[in-house]
Amino acid sequence: METLEIFDRLQAEFGAEIIDTGGAAPGDLFISVNPERIVDICLYLRDSAEMKFDYMSSLSGVQNKDNSFAVVYHLYSVSLKHRVVIKTGLAEENPKLPTVERVWKCADWHEREAFDLLGIEFEGHHNMIRILNPYDWEGFPLRKDYQGQEEYHGVRIPY
Amino acid sequence: MAERKTIELGYEGVPTDRMRMNVGPQHPSTHGVLRLEVELEGEIVTDVIPHIGYLHRCFEKYAEKMTYLQLIPYIDRLDYISSMNSEWPYVMGMEKLLDITVPEKVEYIRVIFAELNRIANHQIAVATFGIDAGAFTPFLFLFRDREMIITLFEAASGGRLLYNYFRIGGLSGDVPPTFKEDCLSIVKQVRNTNKEVMDLLIYNKIFVERTANVGILPADVAINYGVSGPMLRGSGLDFDLRKAEPYSIYDRFDFNIPVGKGEVGTVGDCWDRNVVRMYEMEESCRIVEQAVAQMSMEGDVLETIPKKIRPKANEIYCRAENPKGELGFYIISDGTAIPWRVKARGTSFVNLSVIPEISKGYMMADLILILGSIDIVLGEVDR
Repeated sequence: METLEIFDRLQAEFGAEIIDTGGAAPGDLFISVNPERIVDICLYLRDSAEMKFDYMSSLSGVQNKDNSFAVVYHLYSVSLKHRVVIKTGLAEENPKLPTVERVWKCADWHEREAFDLLGIEFEGHHNMIRILNPYDWEGFPLRKDYQGQEEYHGVRIPY
Repeated sequence: MAERKTIELGYEGVPTDRMRMNVGPQHPSTHGVLRLEVELEGEIVTDVIPHIGYLHRCFEKYAEKMTYLQLIPYIDRLDYISSMNSEWPYVMGMEKLLDITVPEKVEYIRVIFAELNRIANHQIAVATFGIDAGAFTPFLFLFRDREMIITLFEAASGGRLLYNYFRIGGLSGDVPPTFKEDCLSIVKQVRNTNKEVMDLLIYNKIFVERTANVGILPADVAINYGVSGPMLRGSGLDFDLRKAEPYSIYDRFDFNIPVGKGEVGTVGDCWDRNVVRMYEMEESCRIVEQAVAQMSMEGDVLETIPKKIRPKANEIYCRAENPKGELGFYIISDGTAIPWRVKARGTSFVNLSVIPEISKGYMMADLILILGSIDIVLGEVDR
Protein backbone atom coordinates (compact mmCIF):
# COMPACT_ATOMS: atom_id res chain seq x y z
CA MET A 1 0.00 0.00 0.00
CA GLU A 2 1.33 3.44 -0.88
CA THR A 3 1.83 6.21 1.66
CA LEU A 4 -1.03 8.34 0.30
CA GLU A 5 -3.47 5.41 0.53
CA ILE A 6 -2.38 4.75 4.12
CA PHE A 7 -2.83 8.46 4.82
CA ASP A 8 -6.45 8.33 3.58
CA ARG A 9 -7.20 5.25 5.70
CA LEU A 10 -5.66 6.81 8.78
CA GLN A 11 -7.57 10.03 8.28
CA ALA A 12 -10.85 8.13 7.96
CA GLU A 13 -10.00 6.29 11.20
CA PHE A 14 -8.51 9.06 13.32
CA GLY A 15 -9.71 12.31 11.70
CA ALA A 16 -7.90 15.40 12.83
CA GLU A 17 -5.11 13.48 14.63
CA ILE A 18 -3.53 12.79 11.24
CA ILE A 19 -2.15 16.14 10.22
CA ASP A 20 -0.50 16.02 6.85
CA THR A 21 1.73 14.21 4.41
CA GLY A 22 5.07 15.57 3.41
CA GLY A 23 8.35 14.76 1.72
CA ALA A 24 9.14 14.69 -1.95
CA ALA A 25 10.69 12.33 -4.45
CA PRO A 26 13.40 11.06 -4.62
CA GLY A 27 13.23 11.03 -0.81
CA ASP A 28 10.62 9.28 1.33
CA LEU A 29 7.04 10.47 1.78
CA PHE A 30 5.94 10.67 5.39
CA ILE A 31 2.75 11.11 7.39
CA SER A 32 2.67 13.68 10.19
CA VAL A 33 0.53 12.72 13.16
CA ASN A 34 -0.39 14.16 16.53
CA PRO A 35 1.99 12.80 19.21
CA GLU A 36 -0.76 12.34 21.80
CA ARG A 37 -2.51 9.56 19.89
CA ILE A 38 0.67 7.87 18.65
CA VAL A 39 0.06 4.61 20.52
CA ASP A 40 -3.45 4.16 19.09
CA ILE A 41 -2.23 4.99 15.61
CA CYS A 42 0.65 2.54 15.90
CA LEU A 43 -1.62 -0.20 17.24
CA TYR A 44 -3.97 0.38 14.31
CA LEU A 45 -1.06 0.23 11.87
CA ARG A 46 0.17 -3.00 13.41
CA ASP A 47 -3.13 -4.83 13.79
CA SER A 48 -5.24 -3.72 10.84
CA ALA A 49 -5.49 -6.52 8.28
CA GLU A 50 -4.58 -4.24 5.38
CA MET A 51 -1.55 -2.64 7.05
CA LYS A 52 0.12 -5.29 9.26
CA PHE A 53 3.13 -3.14 10.08
CA ASP A 54 4.59 -5.79 12.35
CA TYR A 55 8.23 -4.74 12.03
CA MET A 56 9.72 -1.47 13.19
CA SER A 57 12.82 -0.72 11.17
CA SER A 58 13.95 2.30 13.07
CA LEU A 59 12.93 5.03 15.46
CA SER A 60 14.88 8.27 15.21
CA GLY A 61 14.85 11.42 17.24
CA VAL A 62 15.54 14.55 15.21
CA GLN A 63 16.10 18.18 16.12
CA ASN A 64 14.65 20.46 13.46
CA LYS A 65 15.98 23.75 12.11
CA ASP A 66 13.74 25.76 14.48
CA ASN A 67 15.07 23.73 17.46
CA SER A 68 11.82 21.84 17.88
CA PHE A 69 12.01 18.04 17.93
CA ALA A 70 10.54 15.25 15.89
CA VAL A 71 10.34 11.49 16.31
CA VAL A 72 10.32 9.47 13.11
CA TYR A 73 9.07 5.88 12.89
CA HIS A 74 10.14 3.78 9.93
CA LEU A 75 7.74 0.88 9.74
CA TYR A 76 7.70 -2.17 7.53
CA SER A 77 5.39 -5.08 7.03
CA VAL A 78 7.19 -8.41 6.72
CA SER A 79 4.06 -10.19 5.50
CA LEU A 80 2.75 -7.54 3.06
CA LYS A 81 6.16 -6.06 2.16
CA HIS A 82 5.25 -2.38 2.24
CA ARG A 83 6.64 0.48 4.28
CA VAL A 84 5.56 3.78 5.77
CA VAL A 85 7.18 6.68 7.59
CA ILE A 86 5.32 8.28 10.50
CA LYS A 87 6.50 11.58 11.93
CA THR A 88 5.45 13.43 15.07
CA GLY A 89 6.45 16.96 15.97
CA LEU A 90 7.37 17.93 19.53
CA ALA A 91 7.89 21.24 21.27
CA GLU A 92 11.37 22.63 21.96
CA GLU A 93 10.81 22.84 25.70
CA ASN A 94 10.48 19.53 27.51
CA PRO A 95 9.77 17.22 24.53
CA LYS A 96 7.76 14.16 25.50
CA LEU A 97 5.37 11.69 23.95
CA PRO A 98 3.90 8.27 24.87
CA THR A 99 6.06 5.19 24.38
CA VAL A 100 5.32 2.57 21.74
CA GLU A 101 7.38 -0.18 23.37
CA ARG A 102 4.18 -2.14 24.02
CA VAL A 103 3.48 -2.13 20.29
CA TRP A 104 6.96 -3.13 19.12
CA LYS A 105 9.50 -4.36 21.68
CA CYS A 106 12.14 -3.06 19.29
CA ALA A 107 11.20 0.46 20.36
CA ASP A 108 12.58 -0.12 23.87
CA TRP A 109 16.26 0.50 23.08
CA HIS A 110 15.55 2.96 20.29
CA GLU A 111 13.55 5.15 22.65
CA ARG A 112 16.26 4.97 25.27
CA GLU A 113 18.73 6.06 22.61
CA ALA A 114 16.56 9.02 21.59
CA PHE A 115 16.30 9.97 25.26
CA ASP A 116 20.02 9.56 25.79
CA LEU A 117 21.17 11.61 22.81
CA LEU A 118 18.38 14.16 22.39
CA GLY A 119 16.52 14.26 25.68
CA ILE A 120 13.16 13.25 24.25
CA GLU A 121 11.19 11.63 27.03
CA PHE A 122 8.91 8.68 26.34
CA GLU A 123 6.13 8.55 28.91
CA GLY A 124 5.26 5.11 30.23
CA HIS A 125 8.55 3.49 29.19
CA HIS A 126 9.47 0.86 31.79
CA ASN A 127 13.14 1.83 32.00
CA MET A 128 13.78 5.37 30.74
CA ILE A 129 17.52 5.58 31.45
CA ARG A 130 20.55 6.36 29.34
CA ILE A 131 21.82 3.61 27.10
CA LEU A 132 24.93 4.65 25.15
CA ASN A 133 26.38 7.34 27.41
CA PRO A 134 27.34 6.62 31.03
CA TYR A 135 24.35 6.65 33.36
CA ASP A 136 25.54 9.82 35.13
CA TRP A 137 26.39 11.81 31.98
CA GLU A 138 25.11 15.38 31.77
CA GLY A 139 23.43 16.94 28.76
CA PHE A 140 22.15 15.53 25.53
CA PRO A 141 24.96 15.28 22.95
CA LEU A 142 22.94 15.33 19.73
CA ARG A 143 21.21 18.62 20.52
CA LYS A 144 22.51 21.36 18.28
CA ASP A 145 23.40 23.63 21.21
CA TYR A 146 25.17 20.89 23.22
CA GLN A 147 28.18 21.94 25.26
CA GLY A 148 30.14 19.00 26.61
CA GLN A 149 30.93 18.83 30.28
CA GLU A 150 34.49 19.85 31.14
CA GLU A 151 35.27 17.06 33.52
CA TYR A 152 33.98 13.58 34.07
CA HIS A 153 34.94 11.77 37.29
CA GLY A 154 38.08 13.86 37.55
CA VAL A 155 39.14 13.27 33.96
CA ARG A 156 39.35 16.33 31.72
CA ILE A 157 37.41 15.97 28.49
CA PRO A 158 39.42 17.56 25.65
CA TYR A 159 36.45 18.50 23.41
CA MET B 1 43.51 11.59 43.08
CA ALA B 2 39.98 12.37 42.17
CA GLU B 3 37.27 11.68 44.63
CA ARG B 4 35.45 8.49 43.85
CA LYS B 5 31.69 8.46 43.89
CA THR B 6 30.11 5.72 45.93
CA ILE B 7 27.79 3.65 43.80
CA GLU B 8 24.79 2.15 45.47
CA LEU B 9 23.68 -1.24 44.20
CA GLY B 10 20.03 -2.07 44.62
CA TYR B 11 20.11 -5.66 45.82
CA GLU B 12 17.27 -5.35 48.32
CA GLY B 13 14.67 -7.17 46.28
CA VAL B 14 16.86 -10.17 45.51
CA PRO B 15 16.41 -13.36 47.57
CA THR B 16 19.57 -14.56 49.23
CA ASP B 17 20.03 -17.59 47.01
CA ARG B 18 20.30 -15.53 43.85
CA MET B 19 23.55 -14.07 42.69
CA ARG B 20 24.39 -11.19 40.41
CA MET B 21 27.42 -11.57 38.23
CA ASN B 22 29.17 -9.46 35.66
CA VAL B 23 30.10 -10.98 32.31
CA GLY B 24 32.58 -8.67 30.60
CA PRO B 25 33.27 -5.96 29.63
CA GLN B 26 36.81 -7.30 29.25
CA HIS B 27 36.34 -10.91 28.31
CA PRO B 28 36.83 -12.68 24.96
CA SER B 29 33.50 -14.48 25.13
CA THR B 30 31.58 -11.22 24.98
CA HIS B 31 33.04 -10.50 21.51
CA GLY B 32 34.02 -6.95 22.46
CA VAL B 33 33.42 -4.54 25.27
CA LEU B 34 29.95 -5.65 26.25
CA ARG B 35 28.92 -6.00 29.87
CA LEU B 36 26.12 -8.35 30.79
CA GLU B 37 24.73 -8.16 34.29
CA VAL B 38 23.47 -11.67 34.91
CA GLU B 39 21.22 -12.79 37.72
CA LEU B 40 21.74 -16.42 38.56
CA GLU B 41 19.92 -18.95 40.64
CA GLY B 42 22.50 -21.64 41.12
CA GLU B 43 23.68 -22.02 37.57
CA ILE B 44 20.40 -21.06 35.90
CA VAL B 45 20.14 -17.62 34.34
CA THR B 46 17.09 -15.79 35.66
CA ASP B 47 17.77 -12.35 34.21
CA VAL B 48 20.18 -10.65 31.84
CA ILE B 49 20.68 -6.90 31.68
CA PRO B 50 23.01 -5.75 28.89
CA HIS B 51 25.02 -2.60 29.62
CA ILE B 52 26.35 -1.15 26.40
CA GLY B 53 28.12 2.02 25.35
CA TYR B 54 31.74 1.24 26.22
CA LEU B 55 32.70 1.95 22.61
CA HIS B 56 30.34 4.86 22.11
CA ARG B 57 31.82 7.79 20.18
CA CYS B 58 28.56 9.39 18.95
CA PHE B 59 29.01 8.72 15.26
CA GLU B 60 25.83 10.72 14.63
CA LYS B 61 27.38 13.86 16.11
CA TYR B 62 30.44 13.45 13.90
CA ALA B 63 28.08 13.09 10.93
CA GLU B 64 26.69 16.57 11.55
CA LYS B 65 30.16 18.09 11.45
CA MET B 66 31.57 16.77 8.16
CA THR B 67 30.70 16.50 4.51
CA TYR B 68 28.87 13.59 2.96
CA LEU B 69 32.05 12.14 1.51
CA GLN B 70 34.09 12.46 4.69
CA LEU B 71 31.55 10.33 6.51
CA ILE B 72 32.30 7.09 4.67
CA PRO B 73 35.41 6.12 6.74
CA TYR B 74 33.36 6.58 9.91
CA ILE B 75 30.75 4.21 8.52
CA ASP B 76 33.49 1.62 8.01
CA ARG B 77 34.08 1.71 11.73
CA LEU B 78 30.49 0.82 12.60
CA ASP B 79 30.54 -2.82 11.61
CA TYR B 80 34.26 -3.16 11.13
CA ILE B 81 34.03 -6.83 10.15
CA SER B 82 31.88 -6.14 7.10
CA SER B 83 32.83 -2.60 6.08
CA MET B 84 32.00 -3.09 2.40
CA ASN B 85 28.42 -3.93 3.27
CA SER B 86 28.13 -1.08 5.76
CA GLU B 87 29.10 1.54 3.19
CA TRP B 88 26.55 0.35 0.70
CA PRO B 89 23.21 1.53 2.17
CA TYR B 90 24.71 4.97 2.81
CA VAL B 91 26.04 5.52 -0.71
CA MET B 92 22.87 3.99 -2.13
CA GLY B 93 20.73 6.44 -0.18
CA MET B 94 22.88 9.36 -1.27
CA GLU B 95 22.70 8.25 -4.89
CA LYS B 96 18.92 8.19 -4.64
CA LEU B 97 18.89 11.70 -3.16
CA LEU B 98 21.24 13.00 -5.86
CA ASP B 99 19.50 11.01 -8.61
CA ILE B 100 22.64 9.25 -9.82
CA THR B 101 22.58 5.99 -11.77
CA VAL B 102 25.85 4.16 -11.41
CA PRO B 103 27.39 2.14 -14.27
CA GLU B 104 26.81 -1.60 -14.55
CA LYS B 105 30.40 -2.39 -13.77
CA VAL B 106 30.19 -0.55 -10.44
CA GLU B 107 27.04 -2.43 -9.50
CA TYR B 108 28.70 -5.77 -10.26
CA ILE B 109 31.84 -4.94 -8.29
CA ARG B 110 29.68 -3.80 -5.38
CA VAL B 111 27.67 -7.02 -5.42
CA ILE B 112 30.79 -9.19 -5.61
CA PHE B 113 32.55 -7.32 -2.81
CA ALA B 114 29.45 -7.27 -0.64
CA GLU B 115 28.99 -11.01 -1.05
CA LEU B 116 32.66 -11.75 -0.42
CA ASN B 117 32.47 -9.60 2.69
CA ARG B 118 29.37 -11.52 3.72
CA ILE B 119 31.40 -14.73 3.44
CA ALA B 120 34.23 -13.18 5.48
CA ASN B 121 31.77 -12.03 8.15
CA HIS B 122 30.09 -15.42 8.43
CA GLN B 123 33.50 -17.08 8.60
CA ILE B 124 34.31 -15.01 11.68
CA ALA B 125 30.86 -15.62 13.13
CA VAL B 126 31.05 -19.40 12.77
CA ALA B 127 34.70 -19.52 13.80
CA THR B 128 34.25 -17.54 17.01
CA PHE B 129 31.05 -19.39 17.77
CA GLY B 130 33.04 -22.59 17.49
CA ILE B 131 35.55 -21.21 19.98
CA ASP B 132 32.70 -20.35 22.35
CA ALA B 133 31.65 -23.97 22.16
CA GLY B 134 35.21 -25.22 22.61
CA ALA B 135 36.15 -26.08 19.00
CA PHE B 136 39.42 -24.49 17.98
CA THR B 137 40.41 -26.11 14.66
CA PRO B 138 37.59 -24.70 12.49
CA PHE B 139 38.68 -21.25 13.65
CA LEU B 140 42.10 -21.73 12.03
CA PHE B 141 40.62 -23.14 8.81
CA LEU B 142 38.12 -20.30 8.42
CA PHE B 143 40.60 -17.56 9.21
CA ARG B 144 43.02 -18.98 6.65
CA ASP B 145 40.32 -18.61 3.98
CA ARG B 146 39.28 -15.19 5.16
CA GLU B 147 42.84 -14.08 4.51
CA MET B 148 42.32 -14.66 0.76
CA ILE B 149 39.26 -12.40 0.74
CA ILE B 150 41.07 -9.72 2.70
CA THR B 151 44.05 -9.86 0.33
CA LEU B 152 41.71 -9.21 -2.61
CA PHE B 153 40.09 -6.30 -0.78
CA GLU B 154 43.51 -4.92 0.02
CA ALA B 155 44.53 -5.08 -3.65
CA ALA B 156 41.42 -3.10 -4.61
CA SER B 157 41.10 -0.59 -1.79
CA GLY B 158 44.39 -0.53 0.09
CA GLY B 159 42.81 -1.44 3.41
CA ARG B 160 42.61 -4.83 5.04
CA LEU B 161 39.72 -4.15 7.38
CA LEU B 162 38.47 -0.59 6.85
CA TYR B 163 38.17 -0.13 3.12
CA ASN B 164 36.72 3.31 2.40
CA TYR B 165 36.12 1.92 -1.08
CA PHE B 166 32.58 2.87 -2.06
CA ARG B 167 32.01 6.39 -3.29
CA ILE B 168 28.77 8.25 -3.81
CA GLY B 169 28.27 7.49 -7.51
CA GLY B 170 31.04 4.95 -7.95
CA LEU B 171 34.08 3.39 -6.35
CA SER B 172 37.38 4.84 -5.22
CA GLY B 173 39.32 2.85 -7.82
CA ASP B 174 39.19 0.01 -10.26
CA VAL B 175 39.71 -3.64 -9.32
CA PRO B 176 43.03 -5.40 -10.09
CA PRO B 177 43.32 -7.09 -13.52
CA THR B 178 43.25 -10.59 -12.04
CA PHE B 179 39.99 -9.84 -10.23
CA LYS B 180 37.83 -12.53 -11.82
CA GLU B 181 40.34 -15.34 -11.32
CA ASP B 182 40.89 -14.28 -7.71
CA CYS B 183 37.15 -14.35 -7.01
CA LEU B 184 36.74 -17.81 -8.49
CA SER B 185 39.70 -19.22 -6.57
CA ILE B 186 38.27 -17.77 -3.35
CA VAL B 187 34.90 -19.38 -4.08
CA LYS B 188 36.56 -22.73 -4.70
CA GLN B 189 38.56 -22.55 -1.50
CA VAL B 190 35.57 -21.42 0.58
CA ARG B 191 33.51 -24.34 -0.68
CA ASN B 192 36.24 -26.85 0.15
CA THR B 193 36.71 -25.55 3.67
CA ASN B 194 33.00 -25.24 4.35
CA LYS B 195 32.54 -28.90 3.49
CA GLU B 196 35.17 -29.72 6.08
CA VAL B 197 33.68 -27.37 8.66
CA MET B 198 30.25 -28.96 8.21
CA ASP B 199 31.70 -32.33 9.25
CA LEU B 200 34.19 -31.03 11.75
CA LEU B 201 31.98 -28.55 13.59
CA ILE B 202 28.35 -28.29 12.56
CA TYR B 203 27.42 -31.99 12.69
CA ASN B 204 29.90 -32.77 15.44
CA LYS B 205 28.01 -34.57 18.19
CA ILE B 206 29.46 -32.46 20.98
CA PHE B 207 28.63 -29.25 19.14
CA VAL B 208 25.08 -30.39 18.40
CA GLU B 209 24.53 -31.35 22.03
CA ARG B 210 25.77 -27.97 23.16
CA THR B 211 23.78 -25.81 20.74
CA ALA B 212 20.57 -27.64 19.81
CA ASN B 213 17.47 -26.51 21.76
CA VAL B 214 19.39 -23.62 23.30
CA GLY B 215 18.29 -19.99 23.02
CA ILE B 216 15.12 -20.65 21.05
CA LEU B 217 13.77 -17.52 19.36
CA PRO B 218 10.28 -17.90 17.84
CA ALA B 219 9.67 -16.01 14.60
CA ASP B 220 6.90 -13.74 15.95
CA VAL B 221 9.06 -12.63 18.88
CA ALA B 222 11.94 -12.01 16.47
CA ILE B 223 9.82 -9.73 14.27
CA ASN B 224 8.46 -7.83 17.26
CA TYR B 225 11.99 -7.18 18.46
CA GLY B 226 13.02 -6.02 14.99
CA VAL B 227 15.56 -8.83 14.67
CA SER B 228 16.86 -9.30 11.13
CA GLY B 229 19.42 -11.20 9.12
CA PRO B 230 20.52 -14.78 9.84
CA MET B 231 18.92 -14.56 13.28
CA LEU B 232 15.48 -13.98 11.78
CA ARG B 233 16.04 -16.61 9.11
CA GLY B 234 17.26 -19.04 11.75
CA SER B 235 13.79 -18.72 13.27
CA GLY B 236 12.34 -20.16 10.08
CA LEU B 237 11.23 -17.01 8.27
CA ASP B 238 12.53 -16.60 4.72
CA PHE B 239 12.92 -12.85 4.86
CA ASP B 240 15.85 -11.28 3.05
CA LEU B 241 15.94 -7.70 1.78
CA ARG B 242 17.83 -8.86 -1.30
CA LYS B 243 14.68 -10.76 -2.29
CA ALA B 244 11.96 -8.76 -0.53
CA GLU B 245 12.85 -5.43 -2.11
CA PRO B 246 15.71 -6.16 -4.53
CA TYR B 247 18.10 -3.23 -4.53
CA SER B 248 20.97 -2.72 -6.94
CA ILE B 249 21.05 -5.68 -9.36
CA TYR B 250 20.11 -8.51 -7.02
CA ASP B 251 17.09 -9.40 -9.17
CA ARG B 252 19.48 -10.74 -11.82
CA PHE B 253 20.88 -13.54 -9.69
CA ASP B 254 19.50 -16.92 -8.84
CA PHE B 255 19.93 -17.70 -5.14
CA ASN B 256 17.94 -19.18 -2.30
CA ILE B 257 17.19 -17.94 1.21
CA PRO B 258 18.31 -20.59 3.68
CA VAL B 259 16.12 -20.85 6.76
CA GLY B 260 16.36 -22.72 10.05
CA LYS B 261 14.38 -25.95 9.96
CA GLY B 262 15.04 -27.35 13.43
CA GLU B 263 17.04 -30.20 11.94
CA VAL B 264 18.63 -31.31 15.21
CA GLY B 265 16.48 -29.44 17.72
CA THR B 266 13.81 -26.75 17.70
CA VAL B 267 13.41 -24.10 15.00
CA GLY B 268 15.21 -20.95 16.05
CA ASP B 269 17.87 -22.41 18.33
CA CYS B 270 21.57 -21.58 18.29
CA TRP B 271 22.38 -24.44 15.95
CA ASP B 272 19.85 -23.19 13.39
CA ARG B 273 21.22 -19.66 13.43
CA ASN B 274 24.68 -21.02 12.87
CA VAL B 275 23.82 -23.43 10.08
CA VAL B 276 21.95 -20.64 8.27
CA ARG B 277 25.27 -18.76 8.14
CA MET B 278 26.98 -21.80 6.66
CA TYR B 279 24.34 -22.15 3.94
CA GLU B 280 24.40 -18.41 3.26
CA MET B 281 28.10 -18.64 2.46
CA GLU B 282 27.24 -21.15 -0.25
CA GLU B 283 24.52 -18.85 -1.64
CA SER B 284 27.00 -15.96 -1.65
CA CYS B 285 29.43 -18.15 -3.57
CA ARG B 286 26.74 -18.75 -6.17
CA ILE B 287 26.03 -15.03 -6.49
CA VAL B 288 29.74 -14.28 -6.88
CA GLU B 289 30.06 -16.91 -9.61
CA GLN B 290 27.08 -15.54 -11.52
CA ALA B 291 28.24 -11.95 -11.13
CA VAL B 292 31.75 -12.79 -12.31
CA ALA B 293 30.30 -14.51 -15.37
CA GLN B 294 28.02 -11.58 -16.24
CA MET B 295 30.43 -8.77 -15.46
CA SER B 296 32.52 -6.93 -18.02
CA MET B 297 35.96 -5.64 -17.05
CA GLU B 298 35.60 -2.75 -19.52
CA GLY B 299 34.40 0.58 -18.21
CA ASP B 300 35.19 3.35 -15.80
CA VAL B 301 34.21 3.21 -12.13
CA LEU B 302 34.80 6.92 -11.52
CA GLU B 303 32.78 8.56 -14.30
CA THR B 304 29.50 9.13 -12.38
CA ILE B 305 31.08 10.45 -9.18
CA PRO B 306 29.75 14.00 -8.73
CA LYS B 307 32.22 16.84 -8.25
CA LYS B 308 29.96 18.56 -5.78
CA ILE B 309 27.73 16.70 -3.35
CA ARG B 310 25.00 19.05 -2.29
CA PRO B 311 21.58 17.35 -2.23
CA LYS B 312 18.38 19.39 -2.00
CA ALA B 313 16.60 19.53 1.34
CA ASN B 314 15.08 16.08 1.62
CA GLU B 315 15.14 12.94 3.70
CA ILE B 316 15.52 9.25 2.98
CA TYR B 317 15.77 5.99 4.84
CA CYS B 318 17.89 3.57 2.88
CA ARG B 319 18.66 0.04 3.99
CA ALA B 320 20.43 -3.03 2.75
CA GLU B 321 20.86 -6.62 3.82
CA ASN B 322 24.07 -6.71 5.79
CA PRO B 323 25.65 -10.02 6.84
CA LYS B 324 24.19 -9.43 10.29
CA GLY B 325 20.82 -8.11 9.16
CA GLU B 326 19.18 -4.90 8.10
CA LEU B 327 21.47 -1.87 8.22
CA GLY B 328 19.67 1.38 7.52
CA PHE B 329 20.69 5.01 7.29
CA TYR B 330 18.17 7.77 7.85
CA ILE B 331 19.68 10.79 6.11
CA ILE B 332 18.23 14.29 6.37
CA SER B 333 19.80 16.88 4.11
CA ASP B 334 19.19 20.61 4.38
CA GLY B 335 20.63 21.76 1.05
CA THR B 336 24.18 22.31 2.31
CA ALA B 337 27.27 20.14 1.87
CA ILE B 338 26.95 18.85 5.44
CA PRO B 339 24.19 16.44 6.50
CA TRP B 340 21.64 17.77 8.97
CA ARG B 341 21.18 14.39 10.59
CA VAL B 342 22.37 10.89 9.89
CA LYS B 343 20.93 8.12 12.00
CA ALA B 344 22.39 4.65 11.70
CA ARG B 345 20.05 1.81 12.51
CA GLY B 346 22.64 -0.60 13.81
CA THR B 347 21.88 -4.22 13.11
CA SER B 348 23.75 -5.59 16.10
CA PHE B 349 22.18 -2.95 18.36
CA VAL B 350 18.70 -4.26 17.57
CA ASN B 351 19.69 -7.93 17.48
CA LEU B 352 21.37 -7.70 20.88
CA SER B 353 18.25 -6.25 22.50
CA VAL B 354 16.58 -9.66 22.23
CA ILE B 355 19.10 -11.40 24.51
CA PRO B 356 17.16 -11.00 27.80
CA GLU B 357 14.18 -12.62 26.08
CA ILE B 358 15.95 -15.75 24.80
CA SER B 359 18.45 -16.51 27.54
CA LYS B 360 16.28 -16.84 30.64
CA GLY B 361 16.08 -20.33 32.05
CA TYR B 362 19.26 -21.63 30.41
CA MET B 363 22.56 -22.45 32.05
CA MET B 364 25.28 -19.85 32.46
CA ALA B 365 27.48 -21.69 29.91
CA ASP B 366 24.61 -21.56 27.40
CA LEU B 367 24.38 -17.78 27.76
CA ILE B 368 27.85 -17.50 26.18
CA LEU B 369 26.67 -19.62 23.25
CA ILE B 370 23.48 -17.59 22.85
CA LEU B 371 25.51 -14.40 22.77
CA GLY B 372 27.88 -15.94 20.23
CA SER B 373 25.01 -17.06 18.02
CA ILE B 374 23.66 -13.49 17.79
CA ASP B 375 26.92 -12.43 16.10
CA ILE B 376 27.31 -8.89 17.40
CA VAL B 377 29.95 -6.31 16.64
CA LEU B 378 30.35 -3.76 19.40
CA GLY B 379 31.40 -1.01 17.02
CA GLU B 380 27.89 -1.10 15.64
CA VAL B 381 26.08 -1.64 18.94
CA ASP B 382 27.67 1.40 20.55
CA ARG B 383 28.21 3.58 17.47
